[in-house]
Amino acid sequence: MITGVIAAQALHLPHVNYTTIMPELILLGGMLVLLLVSALFKKALPRDFYATSVVGVGVASLIASLVLYHDVASHGPFTAIAHSIDIDGFSVLFLTLVSCIMIVYPFFAHAYLQREGLDGVEFFALPLISGAGAMFMASANDLILIFLGLEILSLPLYVMAGMDQRREASGEAAMKYFIMGAFSSAIFLYGMALTYGATGSLNLAEISAFLAKNYIFGNGVLLAGMGLLLIGFLFKIAAVPFHYWSPDVYQGSPTIATGFMAAIAKAGAFAAMIRVFMATFPTLASDWQPLLWVIVVLTTLFGAVVALVQKDVKRMLAYSSINQAGFILLGLQADTSKGIGASLYYVFIYSFLILGTFAVVAIAGARGDAIHDIDDLRGYAKSHPFLATSLAIFLVAQAGAPFTTGFLAKLQVVTAAIDAHSYALAVIAMISAAIATGFYLRIVYVMFGDGTDTRVSVPAEKEVYSVSPLGQLGVSPWLFTGIVLCLSVTILFGFWPQPLVDFATHAKLLFV
Amino acid sequence: MNSFPYLTVLLLIPIGAAAALLFVPGKYKKLIHIVSVVTSVAVFGFSALILDEFKSGVAGYQMTTVHSWFGSLGIQYSLGIDGISLFLVLMTTLLFPIALAGANEKKNTKSFVIWTLLLEAACLGSFLATDLLLFFIFFEATLVPVYFLIVQFGYERRGYAAVKFFVYTFLGSAFLLVGILALAFIHQSQTHVLTFNVTQLANTHLDSMAEVLLFLAFTAAFAVKAPIFPFHSWSPDAYSESPTSGSILLAGVMAKLGSYGVIRFDLGLFPHAVVMLAPLFLTLGAIGIIYGGIVAAKQKNLKRLVAYSSLAHLGFIIMGAFALSNESVSGAVLQMLNHGIYTAALFLLIAMIYRRRGTHLLSGMSGMQKSAPILAAVFILMVMASIGVPGLNGFVGEFLILAGTFITHRWWAVVGVLGVVVAAVYLLWAYQQVFHGPEKGDHIESEPKDLTMKEGMVLAPLVILVILLGVYPKPFLDRITPSVDKLITHVEQKSHVNLPIPAQPTALSVKAFPLVSIGQRVQSITELSGPRPSLLSTGINNSGGDTKSCRNYMWSPPAHQVSLPSISCQVGIS
Repeated sequence: MITGVIAAQALHLPHVNYTTIMPELILLGGMLVLLLVSALFKKALPRDFYATSVVGVGVASLIASLVLYHDVASHGPFTAIAHSIDIDGFSVLFLTLVSCIMIVYPFFAHAYLQREGLDGVEFFALPLISGAGAMFMASANDLILIFLGLEILSLPLYVMAGMDQRREASGEAAMKYFIMGAFSSAIFLYGMALTYGATGSLNLAEISAFLAKNYIFGNGVLLAGMGLLLIGFLFKIAAVPFHYWSPDVYQGSPTIATGFMAAIAKAGAFAAMIRVFMATFPTLASDWQPLLWVIVVLTTLFGAVVALVQKDVKRMLAYSSINQAGFILLGLQADTSKGIGASLYYVFIYSFLILGTFAVVAIAGARGDAIHDIDDLRGYAKSHPFLATSLAIFLVAQAGAPFTTGFLAKLQVVTAAIDAHSYALAVIAMISAAIATGFYLRIVYVMFGDGTDTRVSVPAEKEVYSVSPLGQLGVSPWLFTGIVLCLSVTILFGFWPQPLVDFATHAKLLFV
Repeated sequence: MNSFPYLTVLLLIPIGAAAALLFVPGKYKKLIHIVSVVTSVAVFGFSALILDEFKSGVAGYQMTTVHSWFGSLGIQYSLGIDGISLFLVLMTTLLFPIALAGANEKKNTKSFVIWTLLLEAACLGSFLATDLLLFFIFFEATLVPVYFLIVQFGYERRGYAAVKFFVYTFLGSAFLLVGILALAFIHQSQTHVLTFNVTQLANTHLDSMAEVLLFLAFTAAFAVKAPIFPFHSWSPDAYSESPTSGSILLAGVMAKLGSYGVIRFDLGLFPHAVVMLAPLFLTLGAIGIIYGGIVAAKQKNLKRLVAYSSLAHLGFIIMGAFALSNESVSGAVLQMLNHGIYTAALFLLIAMIYRRRGTHLLSGMSGMQKSAPILAAVFILMVMASIGVPGLNGFVGEFLILAGTFITHRWWAVVGVLGVVVAAVYLLWAYQQVFHGPEKGDHIESEPKDLTMKEGMVLAPLVILVILLGVYPKPFLDRITPSVDKLITHVEQKSHVNLPIPAQPTALSVKAFPLVSIGQRVQSITELSGPRPSLLSTGINNSGGDTKSCRNYMWSPPAHQVSLPSISCQVGIS
């Protein structure tokens, strides 16, 4: 009987157009090759090799993403693999972004491992998996695929959070992150189930079409499903009141993992979130917009105010990234194509800002991430002029100083909010930005204000880098390159924003 | 039309020099310092060229440059200069070389010089921008260099002062940004053009409520920057904890960004709201004058004293701007220049005293006149200018402001005059404490007693200007007045449209519309015939004969006009 049913409904495997998921495949394939190669050699391979390979993989996936961009530009957006993958301007933008993160990250990971005196493939292989997950989330047109992407994204991050076995805090961070992540995944799954129950589909386009055609009387189940999906996303992006895991995790994780996590998790989660709410639930905008209004107010203000009183740089940056997440949500809250463009631009440039920030903080933290008090940075500008200046630029850019991408990002989300007549929200967000300058500048002051380097031990990185020609600046060539990449994105697109803005505003969703 | 991009070049010189200096190793301190001074002098020379090119008697923007910069948001790189900004630009280019030459930052000269040059570009950009968002960007961009100047080179409580300064001004700017965007979108909804061009936005139709809100949003930023009375608490800290050059530039140049913003953008964009809320801001200006004076009198620290005196002088400027007569606004523009000159000189002199005595406290200095007579002479000259003694520059500006305010808002002018008395009290008091009496306080042996040649050369241009502007302000006013007249006419036309004006006003009907005074004056002017006497021509020797839009009917009004304007004036006050 059972076999009969199975036989009658022969499994229809959908046609798989591999070019549409080429960037993901490149990342995953690269990861497999790296693991395989590292297993084949008895001796640990030099980290130069791993780092170079990951940069290569990143470049390859960037090229694949640009090929897709070309397809979209010439043939228009399309769906593939049984309509579960969307290739549109929006997903292409995120594929590009994730590829870029993959290119920049190895430079920092290399510097970090060099400082720690560690070798090993893990810090290079795990991020590739995460990156593929983020890409799936960005191009998914199906709740199942979004969920899978979310898990692919998150699992390596849990491991990376706990990589520093010499510090208890790292293990604690991993545990906390994992439990909270699992918890939010469960909430997300339940939201999916309820949405399926209410609409009869998991495909985003089909849900949207169903909602457009039918009016659901007593749509409590649908609203509950949407609300739970929202909570799942808000957990991932650490919006208030679902943020409480993030300061501990940011502080406990190895600093370089924190930076990567902050960039990639935000990119993936925001991509999926924007798609789900803009493309799938536009008919319910009157329900989720007020919710987001409250969330934005809480997130921007809470992040800014609590960051003011932090003593630990990483914790402060955790709250700062909560504040920044509020700004990204501000664009989504507007529920306009302008708002989406603004949010995308924000996510894009923020990834580089946060990677660069955490890279410097990681290097400043000395071996074993031992010293991360803000006071430990006292006089850092004297001992490490290049690193201190770079960190200062990243911080004032996050604060929204003109002629950096941070300013244009804030300008655009606020523009979108005002365009949607959310004047109060725009004012509140800008007030939070003003409060936020207080703690960004505190770090800058500590570094540049007078005072000598009070640290007891000689900074570990000095010993390591003294041989390189850049040793005088206190940086290795790898770190130097990575920071210059992030800096050039921050400053170049601060002066000449048009190309990136065009890219972001043309990133139209397929089903809107 | 001359197509040479004067204004862009003016901006690029300091930026280029700063970029070039970035690559000079920090150990060549002398070289870096000299290059910076030469650059800033070159900028001044170039701005003098602009002054030469500037056509006096023309009201609109000159030497304009427009390029699309950020197309999708409609932001343009558009610069222009007119009578209101001309002398502010010149003052900026004059004060920067003085600040650079007067500074002796021994350590980290490179970073000091680069930040200062970048600050110069940002300040110039703010005065030259004719695109609101471009203005905002430059306006914000001034914060970062100042922050670093205070943090790296300031006195003991610099960290606190710098953060307070940054957060306060940024908070004000938050409202400004929202206001700018809201205004642009309202304009877009009416014309379907997204632009931030000041001239185009001035034609936006705003309903009364929106206009008042936008006005307040804009003014929040300017009031903090200037500062206007209740928003000033950052300024004494920032002024006194800054290095000398920082104080000069904060009080001399950056404070003017606030008052410039009020005159350029508040008056230009929200005339109706300005007319409506003028009494409020006149009152704040008057409070600033009196409060700043009284608090200054109680200061023990010379820098804080000058900081509070700045608050009082900015009160005059704000009062002049909101009194909305041609004389008062011209006076306000001129007074911005004047205040920049003598405040810069005072801060320089304080730095020179500090060099000799090692303190800013009044109690630590006494009887310096014996050992440093020339220093004392220059100091008393600047004090006199600051008080507003006739024959020196402060008098011209304050007189125009008070006279212009008297025409439209009599009682505020009366309060303002008291401020002059208070200024005499605290400044002369301070002078007495520092220079008279028995010589006490330790003179630092290694330092010269009186002014050195170099110090004299730094002060010389300021001394010359203080006297020149006091004796012969005509060439300055000739260039300022046309733009101010145009602005006032614009305010009157716009607020005229919005205000109900009784056809045949009687004393009773005028009372029913207490805010109507300006509109009525317009009406009365249009009815006026024959040559109109001008306060500018009778009061001070300048601009000659018949000034077109001078409404000085109180001097000798034609017979049929006697009753009406005097009523409207009184109503405006009550």
